[in-house]
Amino acid sequence: MSETIALSQARPFRPLALGKIAAGLFVALILFFLILPTLIVIPISFGSAPYIEFPPSGLTLHWYVEYFSDPDWIAATLFSLRIAFFTTISATIIGTLAAVALVRGGLPGKSFILGLALSPLIVPHIIIAIALYLFFAPLGLTGNFFGFLLAHTMLTVPYVVVAVSASLQRFDPILEMAALSCGAGRGRTFFEIVLPQITPGVITGAVFAFISSFDEATVAFFISGIGGKTITKKLFEDIDFNLTPVIAVVSTIIVAITILLMGTIRLSENRANS
Amino acid sequence: MTSLEIGRANPTTATRFTRLFLVTGASGRYPPILAAMLILPLLLLLFFSFLYPVGRMLVGSLFDPGFTVDNYVRIFIEPLYLKVLLRTLWIAFATTVGAFVLGYPVAYAMARAGGKITLWIAVCVLVPLWTSVLVRSYAWIILLQRRGVLNDILIGTGVLNHPLKLIYTEGAVLLAMTHVLMPIMILPIYSSLRTIPKELPQAAANLGAGVFTTFLKVTLPLSLPGVFAGTLMTFILALGFYVTPALVGGPQTLMMATLIGQQTMVLLNWPFAGALAMLLLTVTLVLTFMFRRFLASSGGFGNV
Repeated sequence: MSETIALSQARPFRPLALGKIAAGLFVALILFFLILPTLIVIPISFGSAPYIEFPPSGLTLHWYVEYFSDPDWIAATLFSLRIAFFTTISATIIGTLAAVALVRGGLPGKSFILGLALSPLIVPHIIIAIALYLFFAPLGLTGNFFGFLLAHTMLTVPYVVVAVSASLQRFDPILEMAALSCGAGRGRTFFEIVLPQITPGVITGAVFAFISSFDEATVAFFISGIGGKTITKKLFEDIDFNLTPVIAVVSTIIVAITILLMGTIRLSENRANS
Repeated sequence: MTSLEIGRANPTTATRFTRLFLVTGASGRYPPILAAMLILPLLLLLFFSFLYPVGRMLVGSLFDPGFTVDNYVRIFIEPLYLKVLLRTLWIAFATTVGAFVLGYPVAYAMARAGGKITLWIAVCVLVPLWTSVLVRSYAWIILLQRRGVLNDILIGTGVLNHPLKLIYTEGAVLLAMTHVLMPIMILPIYSSLRTIPKELPQAAANLGAGVFTTFLKVTLPLSLPGVFAGTLMTFILALGFYVTPALVGGPQTLMMATLIGQQTMVLLNWPFAGALAMLLLTVTLVLTFMFRRFLASSGGFGNV
């Protein structure tokens, strides 16, 4: 063994180094496979040909103009943004309260409740989608803002519960007890001591809730209506029937929003760490 | 209203109120009634948008209109449905294997590289994860269709002289699903690799173990909780996948989710769709409960 080590150290270019380079290349290739399909929509959205062309032979903003001047796309985008905005608010409030109760409260059946709260992540979305469609249709809640709010809040609340719970577990309850024993009420302690400490978790949960509501496709596909249609439902229909570069524009916008919001999380985490 | 105001108004009520809502025990825990009030909105939400609708659909599968198990019998006597179930299991399995084989090296590099490289790998993993499955499936259509990017490149470089049929095949579904689910596999493996103390592989190397021996005998076994969590999450999600198979798959690659969707929206056979949903849910939940320990260790998506 010692001989091998001596030998390999003597040579400037060890087989191990070659192996490392090969491994690095292999990983780079997989990363390329991971990121390329997400980013390929960007150049295609600027392509001048009336069909999908890669690499584009000419650049144009024509498809962006088409998107912004199409009332159907704009209506669907605004509908999705409105749903995502209010979903974020309700999921963040409900999820934060629940996380506080689950982490700090002496509740019976805590792990059962936590499992229940996380189950929308496990139960196939097609089952939730069909069940909600069958439930909403007779109540007139398909294509309805309130129906979407209910569905998307339920689907996104697990992210908030998980993110806020993680923050709470890192936060020492003694600080809370100190505030309480100094005479601050439960509410004041929560808003002045607990909330500032768990803000990064709340922001992370809120951003995840927003992104996953805005991106959510399966449930939206089934509970959209003719009037109330999300951007994902319209995207789904157009991919099936009308494959123009406008779809690449919409995809690019979705990718851009995702990257922007993830940058927000990163910034808020950096601020929390510094 | 604060406890002080109540205290001034009526001391006895206040004492009771304090005991139920405000007193923190020695453990620093919230009193039960306050905790119950905080959790109530979540429970109401889950009941009205999840438990009740799903439960009602499953019960509906047993009443068509009177009590019957015909819908379940039909699944098991008509070979088509069993075939779809087996195909779904196979595609989920193959996707999971693909995601593991490609995902493990990424997770390993992400845990080992450190600094800027880890950050860039994380970007490559997280941006796809949080970008709509729809966008990523659309991208695969662009890449794989008859006049798509891949065929263009292969013809342009002279490898082929006529386009291959890539889209609407099982291969397309496997490729796109592996891509879509890979981040779900990578993240739990990454978080378990990250918790392995650096000294352990070093110690193994110092004791004379080669790179591969160290990996097989030290690193890999210690990362198994993450591997199980990632594998389980990937498999479960693949079983119920709707969007990707619906867009890049063809009639030859019909999976459970698409079948359930068709039965509901096209054939309007809701009780039968409910029975199929029940079957899919049972498979998913049985797997989840069997391997619950591993899921808990990864916190589901919690490490994202």
